[in-house]
Amino acid sequence: MKEFKILAVIVALVGITYYGIEPYAHHVMHPEVAPADFTFKDLKNVDMSIKGNPENGKVLVEANCVACHSIESAGHPQVMPNADAAASYGVVPPDLSSAGWIYDKNYLANFIFDPVTAMHLQHKYTPESGKAFPMPAYNWMTPQEIMDIVSYFQGLAPKAKSGIASHKNTYEVACGRCHSMAYAGFEATTPSENIKAYMGATPPDLSQYIKSRGEHYLYSFINDPQVLLHGTSMPRTGLNQKAQEEVIAYMESIGDSKKAERENLGIWVMFYTLVFAILAYLWKRKIWSEVH
Amino acid sequence: MAEFKKADSMLEWFDQRLGVVNFAKVMMTEYWIPKNINFLWAMGVLLTVLFTFLVVSGIFLLMYYKPDVNMAFDSVNYTIMQEVAYGWLFRHIHAVGASVVFLVIYIHMFTGIYYGSYKKGREMIWVSGMLLFMLFSAEGFSGYMLPWGQMSYWAAYVITEIFGGIPVIGDELVVWIRGNFYVSDSTLTRFFMLHVLLIPLAIIGAIVFHFYALRFPHVNNEKGEFFDFDEEAEKYLAGNKKESKVVPFWPVFLSKDFFVLGFFMLFFFYLVFFHYNFAMDPVNFDKADGLKTPAHIYPEWYFLWSYEVLRGFFFEIAGVSGKDLGLMAFGFANAIFLVLPWLDRSPMVKPANQRPYFKYWFWFLMADLIVLTVYGKLPPTGANAWVGFASSMTFLTLFIALPFITKAEAKKVGGK
Repeated sequence: MKEFKILAVIVALVGITYYGIEPYAHHVMHPEVAPADFTFKDLKNVDMSIKGNPENGKVLVEANCVACHSIESAGHPQVMPNADAAASYGVVPPDLSSAGWIYDKNYLANFIFDPVTAMHLQHKYTPESGKAFPMPAYNWMTPQEIMDIVSYFQGLAPKAKSGIASHKNTYEVACGRCHSMAYAGFEATTPSENIKAYMGATPPDLSQYIKSRGEHYLYSFINDPQVLLHGTSMPRTGLNQKAQEEVIAYMESIGDSKKAERENLGIWVMFYTLVFAILAYLWKRKIWSEVH
Repeated sequence: MAEFKKADSMLEWFDQRLGVVNFAKVMMTEYWIPKNINFLWAMGVLLTVLFTFLVVSGIFLLMYYKPDVNMAFDSVNYTIMQEVAYGWLFRHIHAVGASVVFLVIYIHMFTGIYYGSYKKGREMIWVSGMLLFMLFSAEGFSGYMLPWGQMSYWAAYVITEIFGGIPVIGDELVVWIRGNFYVSDSTLTRFFMLHVLLIPLAIIGAIVFHFYALRFPHVNNEKGEFFDFDEEAEKYLAGNKKESKVVPFWPVFLSKDFFVLGFFMLFFFYLVFFHYNFAMDPVNFDKADGLKTPAHIYPEWYFLWSYEVLRGFFFEIAGVSGKDLGLMAFGFANAIFLVLPWLDRSPMVKPANQRPYFKYWFWFLMADLIVLTVYGKLPPTGANAWVGFASSMTFLTLFIALPFITKAEAKKVGGK
């Protein structure tokens, strides 16, 4: 009984200390932020109730988008190599094959209408800065036309719908123009000197971000970088929930590739240790019964 | 050459040459430990096992680790964690083990303080134990630098910078420790050497000395009772096992230790596999960058209390700068435990709760150390800075007051 009392005192002291230096300190240093918003409800320039016409959207896309963007899955190849594209625009323009699949519908419509506002980068592209985002705003289009374009993109079949191939594709499309992933052997498609000039600093390699930032942080951060890193030049990318989860899953599969092995082995090691502990207890009882 | 008769068994063969039978008696079956003990007396064996875990996992890590600023980070986080079969397991055991070893050291140490196991002949046990604490601290600090993450770099920067506060030689000393004007490749390689060679050798030596220091004064017991070990041992050997106040190290004492060890290992492996962030700070998974200071720099949890004493003094007092005062207090905090046997002037060897004044001192100290540890991690701004100052002052006051408190206690109990 007395030994349990001693154990309780130690558990209490260690528990208080642990609470202070881990959950509590973490809470002080990283206050909770607004939850991720996958409806992008601050964007209201395009009426979402309009039903788009994909055939008309196709015509509009071919007239307005393919001069800069490739759409591999619809037979529009890249106009020029990555290095030339980066030199021309600052950053390699994205291929739009997956746009309807990975970006939220409301975000995508509002992005076409006014990219800088959708990305939350008004602080970077101020009139005084002399900088202009490479893609113009299509705010002269009617809401119907924008919704036509959105419905066209949503009708394009993605390269992969699920699994690791889809995770990888989503990462490369959504993040890979700026961020390398060295541990996956992946280099950002925009050459490093271009992206450094374009962003103001080299975007970090994301190989270990699942460990250094953690899933919880990434979940808020990817949804809207300004919330956690106010003033950053990283845009809000407008990923829908599924695509964001795919990106995080991909980061985990590269940055913490042994997770499944770890958790599986952990159970066995603890089971083995429990057997040892029980046997040790029985042996101790036997030995001490002779001396007590 | 002595004449050897032909041995009848393998045991005899070895006994003739190495005296193994006598050796086993002296070390194991007739090494006497008091019977009146609780599970806190198992911490020494827990520490020995944890140290073995650290050595073995460290040897495996050493096969793939590269002590070079350009390669260290990836050799740990890619090669060891993802490429090498079960490399992650060795790293997790090593990192979590290094943190948990300090938890057990602190339990071991405060058990010693609580039961008064540092006086009346046991001074050298205490001093050698504190020497081990210092060596483990150096080992932990040097090891934390090796993955070359952001916290490795900045903790190394801040801690080596502390030596700059030493009068006259400070600036030169910092350069001498780092091997450069800033924390660099030369710093990493020398701390690598310290971590894998010099300090482990010193630790092994100090462990042997610590065990040896136990032999003459013997292990303390739950009541602080003094008795004749030889007499009690004779009783035990005569078969009066229940009556004797002692038990042999093997198998009786160790059977209890193995039982405690088993349940402790269950906790340890839970941490290793499922709950390791406390020992592997997320910030350290960003590669070291001398141009990018992290928002919060803090040492590992086991250094937080003394770190808080260091930064608790943040303003000038009587013309001495806060930085210098903090450094003096930090030096005091790290040295003062060593001389504890001479600060406690009371002859009582009893559990703290049976000592009229010491019990208050002990629990005050525990509370203060917890406050220091928690506030050592929090940002030192606003009210936090003042809590840090007050708890640092409390720490200093407790140790300055200890001789007076225990002297008064000695008077009250009248040499009992």
